[in-house]
Amino acid sequence: MHPFSYSRPTNVENAVQELAGPARAKFIAGGTNLLDLMKVNVEQPNQLIDINRLPLNTIDELDNGGLRLGALVTNADTAYHPLVEQRYPLLSQAILSAASAQLRNMATNGGNLFQRTRCYYFYDTAMPCNKRQSGHSDQSAGVGPAGCGALGGYNRIHAILGTEASDGTVHCIATHPSDMAVALTALDATIHITGPSGDRTLSIGNLHRLPGSEPQFDHTLRPDELVTAIELPPQGFSDHHIYLKLRDRSSYAFALVSVAVGLEMDGDVITDARLALGGVAHKPWRKPEAEQLLIGKTATKDHFQPVAEALLDGAVGYGHNTFKIDLAKRAILRALGLASQKSERAKEQKGE
Amino acid sequence: MSQYIGEPITRVDGHEKVTGQAKYAAEFNVPDLTYGVVVSSTITKGRITLLDTSKALAVNGVIEVFTHENRPRTAWFDISYKDQDSPPGSPFRPLYDNKIKYNGQPVALVVAETFELARFAAMLVHVEYEAEPCDTDLMKHLDTVRNPEPGLMNLMKPLPPKPRGDADKAFAEAPVQQSAQYIHGMQHHNPMEMFASTVEYGKNGFLTIYDKTQGVTNSLLYVTQAFNIPFNQVRVVSPYVGGAFGSGLRPQYQLFLAVMAARELKRSVRVSLTRQQMWSFGHRPATVQNVCLGTQADGTITAIIHEAKAATSQFEDYTEEVVNWTGKLYPTPNGALRYKLKSLDIYTPLDMRAPGGVTGLSAVECAVDELAYKLGMDPLEFRLKNYTERDWTEKDRPFSSKELRACFRQGAERFGWSGRNPEPRSMRKDHNLIGWGMATGIWDAAQVPARAEATLTVNGKLRVRSATADIGTGTYTIMTQIAADTLGMPIDDVVFRLGDTTMPAAPIEGGSWTASTVGSAVKSACDTLAKTLFRMAKRIPKSPFVGVGFDDVLFINGEIRLKRNPSARVSLLEVVNLNGGRAITETGTSIPNLVAHMKYSRNAHAAAFVEVQVDEDFGTVKVTRAISAVAAGRIINPRTARSQIIGGMVWGISHALQEESVMDHRYGRFMNHDLAEYHIPVCADIHEMDVVFVEENDTVVNPLGVKGVGEIGLVAMPAAIANAIFHATGKRIYELPIQLDKVM
Ligand SMILES: Cc1cc2nc3c(=O)[nH]c(=O)nc-3n(C[C@H](O)[C@H](O)[C@H](O)COP(=O)(O)OP(=O)(O)OC[C@H]3O[C@@H](n4cnc5c(N)ncnc54)[C@H](O)[C@@H]3O)c2cc1C
Ligand code: SF4
Repeated sequence: MHPFSYSRPTNVENAVQELAGPARAKFIAGGTNLLDLMKVNVEQPNQLIDINRLPLNTIDELDNGGLRLGALVTNADTAYHPLVEQRYPLLSQAILSAASAQLRNMATNGGNLFQRTRCYYFYDTAMPCNKRQSGHSDQSAGVGPAGCGALGGYNRIHAILGTEASDGTVHCIATHPSDMAVALTALDATIHITGPSGDRTLSIGNLHRLPGSEPQFDHTLRPDELVTAIELPPQGFSDHHIYLKLRDRSSYAFALVSVAVGLEMDGDVITDARLALGGVAHKPWRKPEAEQLLIGKTATKDHFQPVAEALLDGAVGYGHNTFKIDLAKRAILRALGLASQKSERAKEQKGE
Repeated sequence: MSQYIGEPITRVDGHEKVTGQAKYAAEFNVPDLTYGVVVSSTITKGRITLLDTSKALAVNGVIEVFTHENRPRTAWFDISYKDQDSPPGSPFRPLYDNKIKYNGQPVALVVAETFELARFAAMLVHVEYEAEPCDTDLMKHLDTVRNPEPGLMNLMKPLPPKPRGDADKAFAEAPVQQSAQYIHGMQHHNPMEMFASTVEYGKNGFLTIYDKTQGVTNSLLYVTQAFNIPFNQVRVVSPYVGGAFGSGLRPQYQLFLAVMAARELKRSVRVSLTRQQMWSFGHRPATVQNVCLGTQADGTITAIIHEAKAATSQFEDYTEEVVNWTGKLYPTPNGALRYKLKSLDIYTPLDMRAPGGVTGLSAVECAVDELAYKLGMDPLEFRLKNYTERDWTEKDRPFSSKELRACFRQGAERFGWSGRNPEPRSMRKDHNLIGWGMATGIWDAAQVPARAEATLTVNGKLRVRSATADIGTGTYTIMTQIAADTLGMPIDDVVFRLGDTTMPAAPIEGGSWTASTVGSAVKSACDTLAKTLFRMAKRIPKSPFVGVGFDDVLFINGEIRLKRNPSARVSLLEVVNLNGGRAITETGTSIPNLVAHMKYSRNAHAAAFVEVQVDEDFGTVKVTRAISAVAAGRIINPRTARSQIIGGMVWGISHALQEESVMDHRYGRFMNHDLAEYHIPVCADIHEMDVVFVEENDTVVNPLGVKGVGEIGLVAMPAAIANAIFHATGKRIYELPIQLDKVM
């Protein structure tokens, strides 16, 4: 592990300033991902800026009926927050499907978004990896040989969608491992960002990116920016939703494939639909065109199948992960079926 | 008298463990300690062309970087590096020369004043290699396997017996045939506690070594030979082991490196390995098996061919008993059991819980199930039809005891097996297909020589010691029970100590033999002490025992009493007082009764019954119910024994469904080398579990009649699960682990 200096700013302005300074600095929140990566030398910051004292640890109701989740609220506190449980049970489900109770007690909402891929080759500096190469930013420490070990190697957990660069070449087939981000994508959350040049917002769909020919970049945050909050719009799909996660053991494993679904229904007819897939791409995978196929349709399998086909359109397997194409389709069918039934909580609330 | 043996006594070491007082190898904080961090090879085969340590040495606080270029001289001959568990061949020597023999091989040890500095400096060691192409994939070499080199280890893990009859011909002519290939990959032990050695450098260079090991005597032998140090200059201590599962049966390289550094620097050194480095030594080997079974139309087996091909390193011939079990379980006039090896560019495999047994039974017990289906027989009925009371792999001798039939009956009853509809896909619940499967388990009931020492202390308490290990199995507890019963002491007045080379020697803790081996030695030491105490009690003034024989008295509640007149008694404290207030010590040795042993095959048996739920769309498998019926002789402590069986069953779920070290053969490197990606079951994977201990009386195995329960709970489980998956889905899967993509 590389030596580093440590600071603990108490206001957002200082934190951002420190990050913009000359040292190769990193924010540390729960540390559950960053510290692991530092121990295996994949991340080698010179400075750690501990942001746990920043006042970003509350969950607040917004006037528009939405909810604002502070970046430093822990995953556990978010998932068990009464307003989240009540209005955004999809998010609670997704968070609680992740990691372990101990990890969720440490992990923060901000850190969760920026956790890095679990690609085996990325984690092992003896192995080739394009993502570890620094490129022209400090998102990666630039250690180990270039190339993509997973291509042609062991790629059970890797991506099947959006892997090609615009010229058709493939540089990285890593997936984004977060479950929370998949639910946030289905909920169409907004990310609040602050930096030296002021505040801005990004739709969750634009926060993460596909690898293209620059897989060293996981996301579009600038090197000197901080996420302050995640904003949930009023629509929470609390009546019809599901987070379905398929993995190699019942708990404490990353998704091979996951599906977040939110539906609005009028009787048997679907009036609005959101779908996001996890474990299949470098970012949560969403296709509004596919969702459109459901509008005005009844919740039956023959109406679901075209959605599954549309979402998986263009999927490519790389050997060990080829099964994911079929698995993802089956998961979509099951998830849509489950979501179209009214959730237990919604039934309880309506006294059914 | 057995007041404690057979009782579910709670762990005597439980309090120390849960309160953190129990210390493990890396927790002994000796003064002025330095820390070593190992740099591991990133290539698999070739040589080091450059090893530049200058940047590491320039770090303030770094004391030395040891490499093959500057390491001190150690012993010359291979034999000096052999330990009690060495297979035939030339043991690996850390930092010996510039050759790389496997990926992850230690190439340097950085020693610094703090762990953090050592870890940082380890990053700065610059190594260049000239790599050669490596060969690590057993699947590519199934045609070039060879016979293993026989060795001493084969006394405990015999090579296959001579064939009987003409199995090939009988199989070809059999009216009903079953033949399939079974594949399973590598696995690593991954105990919770990392491998570590803390070497305290004492006066005149005396070394006190706190080592993670399943046998302190083994570590002592290894260190004294490799470094040519007299025995009386080293002491190895290992009171607690945070799991090992076989990984501690051989001294690992951190021990060598820590001792080397301590002697050279004349300072105390601790070397701990990382989780990733758990993948840099022994493992359960990749094995490919072909099983051919032939029967008559009525289901009587007429031919068995079971062939296993396993991987080993380029430098040692590790073997395990994979195929012999088939012959022990099933009678046949024509049998051929074969076991072959292929040397690859990997580290030497190492016994891992139920080595060979779980491998072999995972294949043959699936083959038997498939064959029963071909015959239209219930799998349990098929096994009863081909039940044997004799072991043709061992000259047709009888078993010292074998209550497998009772295991079948009691297990089946508890499970409700008779209500099973044999038709695959006949049970379902929502999206889940439900299946029931069963399999047979068998394991050795071994005993080896050991010593123990029993002391009646000045306070009239009993202290018993033996240099064995407790890897979490309950050794402390059951030895305390045996000692308490033998001398009729209240259990709270008895202390058992282990894991120290100043104690009477015991063998490495493995093969499920510790209860029988060390238990017998403890019993012998306590018996001897009892006789001595009785002799002394007779010399007490006005002793009630004058003219009385040893058989006329009882040891009970800290007293010796006359059987026919319990009021005639002498307390053990009085005996100590008579001895001038000095403690009284006797030692005992237990040696297996080879003459009796030669006449019998000695095995524990089990039957596992499981229910699975398989999601029909996703192929995810849940083991919703599992029952193991176990015949393992006398059960000393049903609580710790049950834990062992349950632990084995969980391991069986792991083996069947989750666990595999995946290697990228292009590089010869394990890729899922951490516990996030190397999957073993979590609580959510474990549902209803039940254990039935079948009564079994065995007067041959050892004086205690115990057989050991460390591995017997595991061996039958994977096949039972695979068979249940077939029953649920109609699909046979021949490659472990059975992950969802293989089922969906
Ligand atoms: C064994 C294991 C299993 C796991 N299983 C799962 C799983 O199944 N599903 C899942 O989704 N996750 C899983 N996780 C990952 C876990 O969810 C993440 O580690 C956690 O969410 C990261 O949050 P943190 O606060 O600890 O981040 P940190 O480790 O502190 O930081 C992670 C990154 O985010 C950056 N960062 C943190 N906060 C901010 C901010 N406000 N603005 C900008 N950048 C920021 C840091 O600089 C760093 O680069 C698992 C983790 C482990 C160790
Ligand atoms: S998939 Fe991406 S992260 Fe993994 S090795 Fe290839 S480039 Fe690196």
